[in-house]
Amino acid sequence: MALLDIKDVVGGYGGAPILNGVNLAIEQSDIGVIVGPNGAGKSTTLKAIFGLLKVTEGSISFHGEAIQNSLPDRLVPKGLSFVPQEKNVFTSMSVEENLEMGAFTRTDDFKPTMEWVYDMFPVLREKRRQPAGELSGGQRQMVAMGRALMSQPKLLLLDEPSAGLSPRYVLEIFEQIVKVNKAGVAILMVEQNARQALAFASRGFVLATGKNRFTGTGAELIADPEVAKSFLGG
Amino acid sequence: MNELIFFFNNVVVAGVVLGSIYAVGAIGVTLIFGILRFAHFAHGDMMTMGAFIAFLLAMAATALGITTPVVPTGFLVLPLAMILAAIIALGLDKGFYAPLRKRGARPVTMLIASIGVTLIIQGMIRLFFGSGTYSFFETEQKQLVRIPVPLEGVTRTINFTQPQLLMVLCTAVAVLALHFFLTRSRLGKAMRAMADNADLAQVSGINTKLVVRVTWIIAGSLAAMAGTMLALDVNLKPDLAFNIVLPIFAAAIVGGLGQSYGAIAGGFLIGFAETLAIFNWSVLLRPVAGSLPFELPATLAIVPTEYKLTVAFVILVVVLLWRPTGIFKGAST
Repeated sequence: MALLDIKDVVGGYGGAPILNGVNLAIEQSDIGVIVGPNGAGKSTTLKAIFGLLKVTEGSISFHGEAIQNSLPDRLVPKGLSFVPQEKNVFTSMSVEENLEMGAFTRTDDFKPTMEWVYDMFPVLREKRRQPAGELSGGQRQMVAMGRALMSQPKLLLLDEPSAGLSPRYVLEIFEQIVKVNKAGVAILMVEQNARQALAFASRGFVLATGKNRFTGTGAELIADPEVAKSFLGG
Repeated sequence: MNELIFFFNNVVVAGVVLGSIYAVGAIGVTLIFGILRFAHFAHGDMMTMGAFIAFLLAMAATALGITTPVVPTGFLVLPLAMILAAIIALGLDKGFYAPLRKRGARPVTMLIASIGVTLIIQGMIRLFFGSGTYSFFETEQKQLVRIPVPLEGVTRTINFTQPQLLMVLCTAVAVLALHFFLTRSRLGKAMRAMADNADLAQVSGINTKLVVRVTWIIAGSLAAMAGTMLALDVNLKPDLAFNIVLPIFAAAIVGGLGQSYGAIAGGFLIGFAETLAIFNWSVLLRPVAGSLPFELPATLAIVPTEYKLTVAFVILVVVLLWRPTGIFKGAST
């Protein structure tokens, strides 16, 4: 049974649906990457999983449990975590406080998890007393991912983690994502740097106009001439 | 020297007292703005309501013989009045603001709703208490503290009332408690997180409804405290705090909306500015009257007492020109 199973999901923000039947499955060991043109419903798919927009048809199940239209404060304790694309840190709060907020739903001792996050992103340990708003773009992205990892998720949803980062940082963030995945966290991310992201994806999904167009392993999608021509810029 | 003591009594003492009341009121305004993103116009009337609750409790306590010679009964019942006011604040939110929020009402709608709540509270108070003036000190004395200054030729004493002293102490305790709550506790940090970025707070799994409830509890209880302090310093009447809701908003805006420490700073800034503006400078200048190029008038104040309210607006305009988001860089919308 897949960790996350999305079947024929239709949904939107109240007007015409943006998602018109999305199908997607992720296993615990997977790094899933959603690519596609602008307005294809990539970010919307992540938001639909996280209960931030209304799913009118289809089903979303996590660990076999139906979770469509559940709110984040129910989903986080179940093992889902989401890093939005923009405004994904609490700028006025210190790095450590940002991480604490990620552990809000936990009632047990989260100090070991914090150490684990600091070990993964050592630069955050150095800057833990600094307001997150003073950090560079790449470091903020680490704070955002660290915050999301503090709830010890089974599945981490990332909305364009490389957006707005310089090429050097893009590579670094991708390396961090692989590291997080190796630590046992499934990843589902939306990416603009499609070719680069599919290169390390175990599952790739090409979305267009709110529907799946192609599904396969990352390598298969890169190798598919039609995908390459239409969606990866030749 | 006598003149300096007069200055101390009329500006420093009065400024600290007025500043405390403004600060405690403004904290509530700024917290509600930070979390719920609207200007809670009914805050002044929540203060008045809190004061009337404290007044009723004080009367009940006096009737039951629960009084001490040390502390005025108004202060004795303050904790209970704060709890009751917090419960009413939660009820007001549930009855008026929460249904609007649920339908995604814009801040302007919320503001208009809060004006409605203002009218409701004022109407209720007038219904039960009429439009008369009441005093906490009908059955007990307002004790005056006189501290003589051990200097030669000094005849004036430093004067303040015992309630004024207690007020400043209560404010200090409330501010410290709020500080520790916001910086040390899980819920306090969640409140700051939600004021910083409400969407991300929700995504992090923070129970935003709980944060909203806590906000109303703090704002409601602090409003009761500020209102009772004001009523203990002057008199109790149905439009007690409605008249000072504008300087309180000015204090919150000057400090930076959403910034608790800014609201405290703004409260004291405006409190001091008002007392300085209505101070009779003639008294200070009298010893040097002979060397002045003009004749000293009997009263020389920057503004007459009845125009005290304008001071808050002058400061508001000046601060916003110099720093559009307030001293502590608050929200601009």
